[in-house]
Amino acid sequence: MRLNIALFGVAREIVGQPTLEIETAAGQSARGLLSELHARYPALAALSSLAVAVNNEYAADDAPLHERDEIALIPPVSGG
Amino acid sequence: MIHIDLTDQPIAVADALRSVEADGAGAINTFIGTVRNQSTGRAVIRLEYEAYDSMALHQLRKVAEQAVAQWPMLQKVTVIHRKGTLHIGDVAVVVAVSTPHRAESFAACQYIIDTLKQVVTIWKKEFYQDGDVWVAAHP
Repeated sequence: MRLNIALFGVAREIVGQPTLEIETAAGQSARGLLSELHARYPALAALSSLAVAVNNEYAADDAPLHERDEIALIPPVSGG
Repeated sequence: MIHIDLTDQPIAVADALRSVEADGAGAINTFIGTVRNQSTGRAVIRLEYEAYDSMALHQLRKVAEQAVAQWPMLQKVTVIHRKGTLHIGDVAVVVAVSTPHRAESFAACQYIIDTLKQVVTIWKKEFYQDGDVWVAAHP
């Protein structure tokens, strides 16, 4: 399946673009997606944390992803 | 009774305070986050806030709803966060709550700003004379 991933903050700068299209196995989990991205962009693994958001909620590690989902990478937040 | 906003315009603090006025409230409590001139000893020139807007608004509302669930006496809650470029002294965030008595107003206001900083998808980049850093990005 093909996922469109929105990138923000330091993750957007590491990847060098605001969105990323990635071809991955059907039913890939949030954890599995992060593993693939860490391999492609090692600097992502050096962040204090990196979460996956699905449809505006933080995803559990084993949550399966779907093509229709709105997926985003969430580096450490620093609002306030 | 919950008002949430994310804006690239200066926050109208007085309007935010007025928005939580309520006849049943004996206390209005506010937190105003402003841009400081230094960070871990380095002089800060400006900040840039970036947001994942749809998730930030959704999570801000959830935080406010959690506060209402925990302090059901809350009359009104307003949370407004700025994004874009900010300079020293600018207001980055305003949390305002109203309650019948003061103790719950302090507790709810602190809960909202503390939780906001942990979960809301907003990112701050600090700019110095000699570089820039995404705050909290690296250990």
